[in-house]
Order: sequence, then C-alpha cells, then structure tokens
Amino acid sequence: MTDLFWIFFSAAIVTNFVLVYFLGLCPVIGVTNKSVTGLRLGLATTFVMVLASLAAWILNRFVLVNAPYLRVIAFIVAIASVVQIVELFIRKVSPGLYRELGIFLPLIASNSQVLGLTIFQTNRGYTLPQGLMFAIGGGLGITAVLAMVGSIRERLEFAPIPAIARGPALVFMIVAALSLVFMGFAGMGTV
Amino acid sequence: MSLVIKETSTPTSASGVLTRGLWHQNPVLVQTLGLCSALAVTNAVANSLAMGAATTFVLVCSSAIVSTMRKYIPYEIRITTYILIIATFLAVADMILEATVPDVHKAMGPYIALIVTNCIVLGRQEAFASRQPVGLSVLDALGNGTGFTIALLLMGIPREVLGNGTFLGFHVMPQSFEPWVVMMLPPGGFFMIGALLLVANWHDLRRLARERSKAETVITLPAPVPAFEEREVAVR
Repeated sequence: MTDLFWIFFSAAIVTNFVLVYFLGLCPVIGVTNKSVTGLRLGLATTFVMVLASLAAWILNRFVLVNAPYLRVIAFIVAIASVVQIVELFIRKVSPGLYRELGIFLPLIASNSQVLGLTIFQTNRGYTLPQGLMFAIGGGLGITAVLAMVGSIRERLEFAPIPAIARGPALVFMIVAALSLVFMGFAGMGTV
Repeated sequence: MSLVIKETSTPTSASGVLTRGLWHQNPVLVQTLGLCSALAVTNAVANSLAMGAATTFVLVCSSAIVSTMRKYIPYEIRITTYILIIATFLAVADMILEATVPDVHKAMGPYIALIVTNCIVLGRQEAFASRQPVGLSVLDALGNGTGFTIALLLMGIPREVLGNGTFLGFHVMPQSFEPWVVMMLPPGGFFMIGALLLVANWHDLRRLARERSKAETVITLPAPVPAFEEREVAVR
C-alpha cells in the first residue's frame, strides 16, 4: 500500500511528466492560454493514460512475451485505438464536452506522455495496480502543471512584456521557473 | 503535439528544399516542433548527436517510403499508416544504436522510442512526403533532420560545457571553473530553449524591421479609404 502511494507521489510531483521528463510540451504551449482548458485537457489525458496503461499491461503480459522489439509499434496502435474509442464514447454520452475538447482529443493519440507512460511502465516492470497508480499520478501531475501554467499566463495577459519575449519563449521561461520549484522535491519517493 | 504545419513557402529548386529546414524553417527554433526529445537528451553533446542522427535516419527512411507509396495510401487512414512506417524504422534505429553505442543508448533510455511521437517526423510526412516525388522528399527530410541536429547541438554544447565543464567528455573549462549543475538538470533545459527562442525572436524582429523600412521607401501609399459616413452617402 505504501508502495502504491509512493509510486503515485513520485509520478505526480517528484518526477513530474512535464517538468522533469519533458513529455508533452506541445499541449503546454498550445492550450494553456486559459487555465480551464488546460485543466480539461489534463483530465482527458489522465483518462486516456489509465486505459493505455491497462492496454500496455495486457499486451506485455499476453502478446509481446516473445517479441519485445515490437513494443513501440504495438503500443502506438493500442493507444490510437483507445483514443478512438474514448472519442466515440464521449461523443455519444456528452456532446457538449466533445465539442469543447474538439481537436485536442485526437491529438492525445500522438502525445508523447501516453507512449512515455507505457514505456516507463514496461521498463520498470510495474504490476497492474502499480501501473494504474503510475498512470493516475502522472496524469494528475500533468493536469496540475497545465492548470498552473495557464493561470500564470492569464495573469501575464495584460503585463507589459517586451516584444522579443512573446509566445513560446515566455512560456518556456515560466516552465523553467516551475521546474526549478519542483526540483525541491528531488530525492523524495521512488524513481 | 500539433498537426497544424506551417508551410509558408514552397521552394522550387532542390537546393532550396534541402536548405530551408536548416535555418529559416528550422523545426525546433522556428516551428517549435519536436521539443520533448530536444530537451530531454541535450544534457550531453554525445547524446544530442545520437538523437539527431537517429531522428534524421528515421525521417529520411520513412519519407522515402511514404513518398514512394503516396498514391496507394488511402487518405482516411494515412496518419495511422505513417505512424506504422515510422515505428518500423524506429525499431531499426533502436537496434543499431544499441549495437554500436550501448552507453549512449542506455543514457537516452526511453526517449529513443519517443521519436515516434516527434512532431517533426510525422509533420514532414503529412506536409511534404505525401505530395512530392521521392528525390525531393529525401532532400527535405535530410534538411529537416540536419536542422533538428543543429538545434540539439545549440542546446547540448552550452549545457554540457557550463553544466559539467566538458565537451564530448573532455575537460575544456579551467580547473577553477565551478560547474553550473542546474544546466544539466531539467530546469537548465527549459532555460536553454527559452534563451534560444528569445534569440530567434530578436533575429526575426530585426529582419521584419529592416524589411519594413525598405518597403516604406519604395512603395507609395495607396489612396486613403473614404471614411464611413462618406461611403454611406455614396451608397444612397
């Protein structure tokens, strides 16, 4: 039980997917104009990550035992299918949410966070509950960072920023500062 | 990642196709694509070189295949097809790296597999290789791959020299130099890309200002648009 807690804590904070592993930087630049959008995309990513973690565990356990070199191909196909299913599901159940997520939903399929999660999980030999905990922790960590960068950018909207620092350059400076803050947690938990 | 690819110009000559990825349309510095692998592995020059070479290899091979088969790939499943082709060449690159430079392969860890989700590779297939003949597609892939490698080295060299005092493992800084450890850590990567983008922005702004001042001297201003009320009257 404590083992599961530390996996969750490390994935969410100590080795945050965005700030320490550099995964999924495109959404950080693309969708953090408002903190709400970032929050929604983060939660959708978390959902996909949990399903992908489950799919990767099944693939590793039953299909890829004798063919580890086919891992990346198998994972990417599994992730694309999961995203497709989630998209159909959300469109059927909640058309409003589907419209709001719009283009971001299919893009989760080509998001390095989800593929990175399945590969980390495989390399570390996580069991099913450990993998699911890793997925939930990682996803919530991503959500927190997206929301934080979004709120900081909202505050900076009316600040007199020099012309050369507009756009991605400024976002990266913000993320660098956040990353420096999160370095304070280094050394805690499991890696 | 973003699938919206900015194609500002379509060069006609082969040399133009090869060189525009190097600087003017540099995938990292101008289009801000492929950042995940760009930041994660650039804490040492050797890793940056290996990542650049592996990405270029995957990019060139998959561009050649996609361009050859561009008439036979159904439009609806093209992205899936591209990803499968890319993942196949990635497996090859992964095995070559593991056999030739095992230390670097180990240091790069899972980020080699993440070349599959590198926006540059998929972006070039969608924006160029799926429409152009094989020769041009290979040149375009080569140019973009080299541009990516250049950007990686621009980050990797300062990070290793400042963060560790070494270049490709050899000591280059004086003994009294205290390494800036933060440059090797994740925040250093974010600072470095931020600084590079600042320089790129500054360069762009200066170019724009120069073009504008040149344009003002040549072009005479068009006749002023009549004010709103005047147009109303004319319609009546």
